[in-house]
Amino acid sequence: MSSVLSDIKKEYMISLLKNGKREDGRGLNDMRDLKIELGVANKAEGSCFVQLGETKVIAGVKCEVGAPFPDTPNQGVFTTNAELIPMASPDFEAGPPREDSIELARIVDRGIRESGAIDFQKLVIKEGELVRVLFVDIHIMDYNGNLFDAAGIAAIGALYNTKMPVLDEEGKKTEELMQLPMKKIPVPCTYAKIADSILYDPSMEEESVMDSRITATTEDNGRIAAMQKGDVGSFKKEEILDIVRRSKVRGDEVRSLLKEKFSEMR
Amino acid sequence: MEKDIKFFTNGKRIDGRAIDELRNIKIEVGVFKRADGSSYIEWGGNKIYCAVYGPREAYPRFLQKSDRAILKCRYNMASFAVEERKRPGPSRRGVEIGKVTQGALEPALLLENFPKCMVEVNIEVIQADAGTRCAGITAASVALANAGIPMKELVPACAAGKVDDKIVLDLCKEEDNYGQADLPLALLPRRNEFSLLQMDGDLSEEQLEEALDLGRKGCLEVYEIQKEALKKKYVKEDVSNE
Repeated sequence: MSSVLSDIKKEYMISLLKNGKREDGRGLNDMRDLKIELGVANKAEGSCFVQLGETKVIAGVKCEVGAPFPDTPNQGVFTTNAELIPMASPDFEAGPPREDSIELARIVDRGIRESGAIDFQKLVIKEGELVRVLFVDIHIMDYNGNLFDAAGIAAIGALYNTKMPVLDEEGKKTEELMQLPMKKIPVPCTYAKIADSILYDPSMEEESVMDSRITATTEDNGRIAAMQKGDVGSFKKEEILDIVRRSKVRGDEVRSLLKEKFSEMR
Repeated sequence: MEKDIKFFTNGKRIDGRAIDELRNIKIEVGVFKRADGSSYIEWGGNKIYCAVYGPREAYPRFLQKSDRAILKCRYNMASFAVEERKRPGPSRRGVEIGKVTQGALEPALLLENFPKCMVEVNIEVIQADAGTRCAGITAASVALANAGIPMKELVPACAAGKVDDKIVLDLCKEEDNYGQADLPLALLPRRNEFSLLQMDGDLSEEQLEEALDLGRKGCLEVYEIQKEALKKKYVKEDVSNE
């Protein structure tokens, strides 16, 4: 958006926010409609489609077998990758991942890794030699704001949806299938700061004028697993604590929706 | 290539189809908000999304044509779309499919209406199960219509092939992997000309003729499905506006 236009738009938004209102009629704490669908791509071991407002993402899990990292011989390997494909926005271009998609993948990765969502020790086949290698690939299909939450929810959904072959001691696949050893459901909640207001689940328009944002990933017991401040602005301590408090409440709501989907699956 | 597979049982194929029968095809129109036009196709076990952007100014600038728009087609497969994880990012196969897709779609479009512009077609395969390029072209043509790009006609696509010395329509995975020939085609139905033609395997001249005829028949069936999908989209919208 050109800077003149975005300045006008920003002023308009700020004037709305002063009365606790948003452009699309939501309150400051409201999430857009969230739709979760599990098992949308059957060549993937696990997959999940998430629609958050008009933002659409698909995450897929592929499981391979390989060597562990030398410093973690008793843990499986986990990689998250995000693709901002040109399909999703007129501004995305093909080619190697750029800053934005790398940051997105790392925020999602950190939330899952640091919450201990996956029991990495159970992914070991032969200690120091052979472990499961998990890839979560996140495809952004339609970009309309807040990719962090959509991608994070899709990733955890796809992991819980994963059924992979049981392996013998040599690492050979058997006919039997097993679920990934999962322990927690981390949920990222992203807040944008526009002037003095902090709003949950920013739309694309809000992202285009926001000063800054924070993504806080909470887990089942209300603990914080990961945080990331993005863009150029800054936050006061009180604002950060407020975001964390709000993240727990919102995170729990998303978690219960996810749990519902997981129980339907079994 | 050689593998002992029984391709036919009582005249039916591995997945129970007749020799000249398509797999199930379902097309949805206008599935994305951001794109100017979009579509989703399920064709057998294939799941493919397509998004169209444009016409807008072509870049890089040196690609601009003073008398017409350029058509860019990008075909990409999600890393989780296949059994063995595909490395993300462009592949040589994907680049080639993008190129032949462009060649298949362009003759149907009135690109001369938009000098110096580009129209971009993005094809994204979420689940692959033989015949993704034909399904992609079929979906892309519908998405171009949904984007309002002026066109002379839709472009349906479909493969014919040979298994067990028989010419069959729309190869399934096993037939594609272990069959004797694969002939992906796209048809310009009103001109009755093919705009995609690739072949690998082994065909005699007679078999090629038979395969082209069967492929054309398949394309015409796909054409009807494309038209139905577009009608469904716009008829429904008319009702909701009242």
